[in-house]
Amino acid sequence: MKISRIFKTIFMLDFLGGLTIALRELFKPKKTINYPFEKGKISPRFRGEHALRRYPDGEERCIACKLCEAVCPAQAITIESSERADGSRKTTRYDIDMMKCIYCGLCEESCPVDAIVQGPNFEFSTETREELYYNKEKLLDNGDRWENILAANIKADEPYR
Amino acid sequence: MDYLSIIFSEIYKIFFLLVPVLVSVAMVVWLDRRIWAFVQKRQGPNVVGPFGLLQSLADALKYIFKEVIIPSSANKVIFILAPIVTMTLALISWAVIPFGTTQVLADINVGILYLFAVSSLGVYGIIMGGWASNSKYPFLGAIRSAAQMVSYEVSIGVIIINVLLCVGSLNLNDIVMAQENLWFVIPLFPMFVIFFISALAETNRPPFDLPEAEAELVAGYQTEYSGMMYAMFWLGEYANILLMCAMGSILFLGGWLSPIEIYPFTLIPGAIWLIFKILFLFILFALVKAIVPRYRYDQLMRLGWKIFLPLALTWVVLTSSYLFYFNLLPTN
Repeated sequence: MKISRIFKTIFMLDFLGGLTIALRELFKPKKTINYPFEKGKISPRFRGEHALRRYPDGEERCIACKLCEAVCPAQAITIESSERADGSRKTTRYDIDMMKCIYCGLCEESCPVDAIVQGPNFEFSTETREELYYNKEKLLDNGDRWENILAANIKADEPYR
Repeated sequence: MDYLSIIFSEIYKIFFLLVPVLVSVAMVVWLDRRIWAFVQKRQGPNVVGPFGLLQSLADALKYIFKEVIIPSSANKVIFILAPIVTMTLALISWAVIPFGTTQVLADINVGILYLFAVSSLGVYGIIMGGWASNSKYPFLGAIRSAAQMVSYEVSIGVIIINVLLCVGSLNLNDIVMAQENLWFVIPLFPMFVIFFISALAETNRPPFDLPEAEAELVAGYQTEYSGMMYAMFWLGEYANILLMCAMGSILFLGGWLSPIEIYPFTLIPGAIWLIFKILFLFILFALVKAIVPRYRYDQLMRLGWKIFLPLALTWVVLTSSYLFYFNLLPTN
């Protein structure tokens, strides 16, 4: 053993060095946040809970092209459609099984009319399994509730689409 | 009737010693977690109560309402007895800790011996718990912890002899009073360092927490425990840590004496000084937990038997020859 090593061991220099670093770190600002009370920043592209959007006049955007249903790798989306009285094709059923969903964002990407989108909400845990079978009303309701943020997010992401 | 009044006054005194100790144990757990978190730049428990101060009480409440599971293959009597023994032994040692000239529950003339004996008995709780669980991880944890505590008690014993040589009395109040002019931490500094490290090992704190090394032994001797029995082990552990801090401050940091005997400092009662010193040592304990990696088992044994014991013994020879040569040996 070298003399310097023995010196270091006897006077515990490495330990004291560590102690000073620990004391310095003790007073530095913390890196973690107080989660339920403050939340981290979320990107406009964040893929959270799904929502079906409407046009400003209240008409639903979805044209029942079923691209999302086709592209969904987890096969979580089920769509049924029919012709409405005014001749337009609309969905009669739009279900997402949120437990099958892998939040890949392909549905949102494939949608030609920006109808199905994934919003910034990630806190939608439920106490029963049934509550996670989302139907059309639930999705449209989500769309109405988050519309401001959803529109802003789509606008923010516009240059990259 | 006379006996009755004596018993009541004693119970009253015990109550007023134990309640603060238990409350401070709860607070100290919070402090420990908080310091640990702060060093790692986390926030630590900060939700329950102001600054999260009531976190430990919430935890205790949780433990009380949890189911106590006793493994079917365990030895029930010993399994239940083990946490009780641990906690009781951790608490009865507080009887001799002096918080002032007269503020001591039992001012016995072999105080330090009693303290040392009781803290040595603490190993029984762990062995009983580990063995009675009748399961491999608790058993291995108990063996490790027994070996570790026994080895480090030897060096702590020799360190205490150093202090006793300078004092000439086993009474804790005498030990404190002997440090009126000079705290023993100055002439016996190497012994203080060894005492501190041995105390870490004695209380199974990191870097010597091999008995409960998560990665290899799950939770060591506590693996099979749940609910209030687990909480009692945990209480006993922290009460022991506080006791070791108290022992360190009495033996080396002048106990309840104020650091400088001048006007504004002498106003503060001795108990407060003792608490400050205990807290200082505890914060060191917590910081050490945050910065050091765990020792390997053979390194731990080597440190105890081949380094600390010879060093402490050499220091005993040095201290006694110094005292003898300069005719400073205490005469009472």
